[in-house]
Amino acid sequence: MSPEQSLVRLDRRTVLKASLLAGGGLALEALIPLPASAWDAAAGKSSAAAQLSAFVSIAADGTVTIVSKNPEIGQGVKTSLPMMVADELDCDWSQVRIEQADVDQRRYGEQSAGGSTATPKNWLPMRQTGAAARAMLVQAAAQRWQVNAAELTTARGRIFHTASGRSLGYGEVASAAAALTPPDLSSVALKEPGQFTIIGRPVVGVDSARIVKGQPVFGADTRLPGMLYAIYEVAPAHGGRLVKANIEAARRSPGVRYVVPIIGNGDHDEGLADGVAIVATNWWLANQARTKLTVDWDLSAAKGHSSSVYRANADAAITAGTGTDLRVDGDPAATLAGAAKRVAARYDYPFLAHAAMEPQNCTARYREGRLEIWAPSQTPQRGLETLRKALGIAPDTVTLHLTRAGGGFGRRLMNDYMVQVAAIAKAIPGVPIQLLWSREDDLRRDYYRPAGWHSFEAGIGANGELSAFTDHFVTFGDGKTTARAAGLNLAMPPAGLIPHLRYRQSMMPTVVTTGALRAPGSNALCFASQSFLDEVAAAAGTDLPHFMLGLLGPRREVAAPGGGVTFDTGRARDVIEKVVQTSRWAQSPSQAHRARGFAFYFSHRGYFAEVVEASVAGDEVAAHKVWVAGDVGSQIVNPMGAENQVRGAVIDGLAQALTGQAVEFVDGVAQQSNFDDYRLARIPMTPEIEIAWVRSDKPPTGLGEPALPPVIPALTNAIFAATGTRIRSLPIRLKSA
Amino acid sequence: MPYRLNINGVTREVDVPPQMPLLWVLRDELGLVGTKYGCGKGLCGACTVHVDGAAQRSCQLPVGRVGNARIHTIEHIGTTAIGARLQEAWLKIDVMQCGYCQAGQIMSACALLGHTTKPSIDQINSAMAGNLCRCGCYNRIRSAIRIAAGMQDEESSRVA
Repeated sequence: MSPEQSLVRLDRRTVLKASLLAGGGLALEALIPLPASAWDAAAGKSSAAAQLSAFVSIAADGTVTIVSKNPEIGQGVKTSLPMMVADELDCDWSQVRIEQADVDQRRYGEQSAGGSTATPKNWLPMRQTGAAARAMLVQAAAQRWQVNAAELTTARGRIFHTASGRSLGYGEVASAAAALTPPDLSSVALKEPGQFTIIGRPVVGVDSARIVKGQPVFGADTRLPGMLYAIYEVAPAHGGRLVKANIEAARRSPGVRYVVPIIGNGDHDEGLADGVAIVATNWWLANQARTKLTVDWDLSAAKGHSSSVYRANADAAITAGTGTDLRVDGDPAATLAGAAKRVAARYDYPFLAHAAMEPQNCTARYREGRLEIWAPSQTPQRGLETLRKALGIAPDTVTLHLTRAGGGFGRRLMNDYMVQVAAIAKAIPGVPIQLLWSREDDLRRDYYRPAGWHSFEAGIGANGELSAFTDHFVTFGDGKTTARAAGLNLAMPPAGLIPHLRYRQSMMPTVVTTGALRAPGSNALCFASQSFLDEVAAAAGTDLPHFMLGLLGPRREVAAPGGGVTFDTGRARDVIEKVVQTSRWAQSPSQAHRARGFAFYFSHRGYFAEVVEASVAGDEVAAHKVWVAGDVGSQIVNPMGAENQVRGAVIDGLAQALTGQAVEFVDGVAQQSNFDDYRLARIPMTPEIEIAWVRSDKPPTGLGEPALPPVIPALTNAIFAATGTRIRSLPIRLKSA
Repeated sequence: MPYRLNINGVTREVDVPPQMPLLWVLRDELGLVGTKYGCGKGLCGACTVHVDGAAQRSCQLPVGRVGNARIHTIEHIGTTAIGARLQEAWLKIDVMQCGYCQAGQIMSACALLGHTTKPSIDQINSAMAGNLCRCGCYNRIRSAIRIAAGMQDEESSRVA
């Protein structure tokens, strides 16, 4: 295995700058141009800031400060990226302080959280920067002692000259090191994996100690002198416009200081929605005053945008067979016609909300032409762009501080709350404003995981092999492009694995705003396709893991259409074989109404195979144990955080299927509004979760998403095995026997 | 209405309407932001505080009904023996992901260990069922409670 393997390589344009730290010490910054195109194509993004950065400093007292530039939303990046720097610097983790960077594209390059990309992008650059700082400290010590740098060793933040028995701490030579010319970043020596002292060890999150004491770290914890609290009342239906607002009664409500009707920019997707801001001395008082508002909304745009209508449209499109063929390989129609057996089924899934525990919020102060913002955003730089478009605020007049976010799951990729608070703060210059959405606001104005409908058909050949596969997918879009996160992944297995295949798509318009939910696309497509393939496997007289192994065939790389991420059938085989082994798949439970199901998926560069053992009693389903086998490359950076991401993903997926999660719309109005009608997993339903890592020799990749998709079809396939009932629609609703 | 409240052992004076939930007195009047807003309906447990030692949802407790009750919040819980043990256990296995719900989780766990020193998994499930964790840290919440209670747990042997 080569430690240099990485998805990002440094080139000659990399800039490494050393300077003397104020108060003495070495400050080192690396600016690393990043070839953006491959990432953007894979992430479905248009274009992004194509630069990475790393900042590390060593003070005279030996304290190491590492800048964390990306948003922390619970994925652990504020801990795991600095671990990469610190390990190669060869310091002790207890010496390290983490500093959260403000948003500054020129200084920090891309600052975002999404798509499980931070680990693969930063794996090499972060380590090289740490190694460069170490090399400079060693060089400075060699000069002081008048010895050859090759004679020196380092450990836990100290430099040793064994021959003479001398040693010193990094801080003692940090100022001298600042005067040296930095080495060529691409040629600094990196550790062999066996030499890691921090990477691969369980490290507690850098904010955890503050969180257990209730100290302020989250966006909604921001408190500024003279701050007032705001709600923003928007139209009940998506796409609604403000016609007339009577604000007098609300203005007279206790504690209310300002009531501000705001006409948005007409962009109902990513712009500023029309609304009425109520600003008070206390958030509860602002929220209470909502009931005193009398607002006329024009809701005509949302008429007919109801879940029942969407369902009927989808059925009609599937029955008519109309749509656009997005991928046709070989001759699927003829192959189906000649198949020994044919299997057909329809699958569907609902709109889902993100429901992060911290409702959307943002704090802002506008004074003297400048805006200062405190935001729990996953894409703060995109937020600046949204501010420019919606409000005409120049990005260089904004100071944007990143706060920890109480969950993201993709919701905070959007910055609607940032635009709203900016509009309110601009209307009330000089006064800091904290906008906080109620839970009801949060569930009714989400960028929902879009609902979708699939009509599958498969042909089984004479030898029990999958001979042809077709999917007619009905989704949302304007007829030309699909709505956000509503597209079909044309690399979805079995594409690329069989010669005869067709992926057809129809779309219908929606006023409902849609967006990425953890493992976007995959969280739904995996349920539908792996549940259907379980049906096909059964018809072929085998089980899904063995059917998948047959389908995958020999170890090889399968290219994805459009330059997407290559699929490695060998890595897929390995995780499937691993989970078959760890779960003792061959010895499934013999109790009545208790059984196991399996599923596999590849998303966000991670390979995951999962087995769920579930039981069914009447209409109650319980998941008892989940076995996970995952391959995210050669190295788990922080096992403490990594296992948490996998457990969280498993519970998240089970909740989507088991707790009745679905957002239904009637004329554009979301019918769910709080945790009584949009239920999350609770502790009693938590299964035992056993995780096995398959360590391939590939570069490390991210874990925020890829463990989620397989757990849902593994559960639905377990329910079939236990009861003979196929679950073809989410959420799971079993009728009492 | 003026109120004198006993919060974390200190008398605090506020002037707010009697219907204002204690949550918003803590967060927006007194600056004690460790207690979190999650749902406003007593469904998620993020706002859990102790009222005379019992776990209560502060979003459902009007300040006018607090009276002389002793209120304790997450900011204070580390000064109690059980609270300190829970915080230590929480950090030992790094329970949290986003962390937003954890103050409420710890407050509920603290009330549980106050009356059940060695809770079974069923007792933990029952006492903690009102506290949502969207990140799904439930396995580790169970483990941390058992570690704080001085009980053997799979997670402690795995991560230590």
